[in-house]
Amino acid sequence: MRIHFKTSYENDIRLFPDWWSFLVYAVLVAGAVILPWLLDDFFLGEVTNVLIWAIAGLGLMLLTGQTGQASLGHAAFLAIGCYSCIILMENGLPFLLAFPLAGVITGVFGTLFAIPAVRLHGIYLAIATIALSVLADDIIVLLEPWTDGVSGKFAPMITIFGLEIERWTTPDRFYWLVLAVTILCTLAYRNLLRAPLGRAFAAVRDSEVSATAMGVHIAFTKAAAFGLSCAITGLAGALMGFYAGAFNNETFSIVISISLLMMIVIGGLGSIHGAFFGAIVIAFLPQALSMATDTIGGMIGGGNVAIPGLETGVFGAILILFILFEPMGIYGRWLKIRTWFELFPFARKDMFKRQKSYLKTERLR
Amino acid sequence: MSLLEINNATLKFGGVVAVNDLSFSVEEGEVYAIVGPNGAGKSTVFNLISRFYEPFSGQIAFDGQNLLDRRADAVADLGIARTFQNIELFDHATVLQNLLVGRHRHRRTNMIEEMLFTPRVRREEHKHREAVERVIDFLDLQPYRNKMIAGLPYGVRKVVELGRALSSDPRLLLLDEPASGLSVEETQDMRWWIDDIRKQMGITVLMVEHDMGLVSGVSDRVLALADGAKLAEGAPAEVQSDPAVIAAYLGTGAV
Repeated sequence: MRIHFKTSYENDIRLFPDWWSFLVYAVLVAGAVILPWLLDDFFLGEVTNVLIWAIAGLGLMLLTGQTGQASLGHAAFLAIGCYSCIILMENGLPFLLAFPLAGVITGVFGTLFAIPAVRLHGIYLAIATIALSVLADDIIVLLEPWTDGVSGKFAPMITIFGLEIERWTTPDRFYWLVLAVTILCTLAYRNLLRAPLGRAFAAVRDSEVSATAMGVHIAFTKAAAFGLSCAITGLAGALMGFYAGAFNNETFSIVISISLLMMIVIGGLGSIHGAFFGAIVIAFLPQALSMATDTIGGMIGGGNVAIPGLETGVFGAILILFILFEPMGIYGRWLKIRTWFELFPFARKDMFKRQKSYLKTERLR
Repeated sequence: MSLLEINNATLKFGGVVAVNDLSFSVEEGEVYAIVGPNGAGKSTVFNLISRFYEPFSGQIAFDGQNLLDRRADAVADLGIARTFQNIELFDHATVLQNLLVGRHRHRRTNMIEEMLFTPRVRREEHKHREAVERVIDFLDLQPYRNKMIAGLPYGVRKVVELGRALSSDPRLLLLDEPASGLSVEETQDMRWWIDDIRKQMGITVLMVEHDMGLVSGVSDRVLALADGAKLAEGAPAEVQSDPAVIAAYLGTGAV
């Protein structure tokens, strides 16, 4: 177990508590940067997919994990980010301008949506956001002059200072682009968490009454959470568009929204690690399943049989198992395992047992 | 001019009159206690001051400013901090983070700066941390600094909540039953702290409390409430021996 001897407030403020954890993340980033030389194009594409999902997961995590506002409508914000980035580029804007602008546009839409949404709580908010997901499909069709409706759009080539980036012809460059966005989003997220606004998010999540009494403007804080969350999600949406190459009204369906929410629950609500762990599960599980069915099919001589509903069934089962046995998600399990080793042999079985919470003041709303 | 002035405040929930034409004022630098049987409207008075409830009629003024012009989240800006009867902490955050939320009214940086974590944000963080550390020192919370609230015992939570309110550098501190659920020793600690808060920090304290030992020990003046109306007001001993107060607590009848 590493003991931190703290001599300055900086110890608690800086990004890494000690040299060791700095080293771990430095090695991780270095490994991620050299990955294109280690993997073939197919697996590099899969890792890119994981990272894009992780960005989207960070977006939703900010809203659901940090601020406690469940959203089943984030596919709509992925769509807004994707369409706005590509429409802007078709109108002659360079990628370096269109991409951040797509984030801003999505953020503005998110804030606008927050105006009615901040009045809703818990399950009612989830229902309102489902409506958003369902609407997105129709609105994309209705806005055909811009979105090309059902026939869909194709992602153009990305050019940054003459450097051409495309998912199929230059998968390594596209991977590095996605990696850079991932790192920037993670840093911004992490910075927020150690600043007043991040603490205000947690305050709104845990007790709106006392957050108000401490001077936190609830509606403003929730709107900020919606705006930031949607901006990050919009960036992920734009990258998803480039990754898919082609997309139409059905690409960003409600299933994507549900997968996103599942992803952060499985990964571990309220932690950055959770978004990444969840993304790995969501992105690799379909591949793992199809490999497994192929192998089993080959063993029993049945060949490649597609089993309808297998994927959703397995996803559902995993989600239920997590909620029942590990509500803290993969990251929570990882923390437990780490603590067990750190304290060995003094770890106790009930150390992470959830305490009953004391009676709360009647909600003043 | 008094620090806090409540004039003819009335609050009704449907047909129930929770606060009935209540007037009282709290002077700068004193400890003012509100006592009364259950349902007398003590916590409701707090919620009126915190602007969680809109009074039916009447005025509430703090330091000459009309509190009723303000939203609930703007009350803290004036320097009014409070605790809650049933502890309203942020359960999934550490003690340190909880106390730092108490500094929210001193936030001077905006969202963009905080995302970039500019040097100014860092300097502000140091300042907030320094203020919080003074509170931690004052309340002896050092062993719990990085503990999650969800795992803390009740008595410590009570102290953390007091600490969160103190972290905001308030002028007026509203304590809603600071000693409820505390052991005799913890109540004794609370008594010293309230004394020190008034004497060393110069913070005015308005509290609701049932423990008459604590009330008579620390407070300068006591207000007795029953059914939302004033029964008696004055020094602790006077109020305790007031016949109307005794009747409200023990009832009247053939003794």
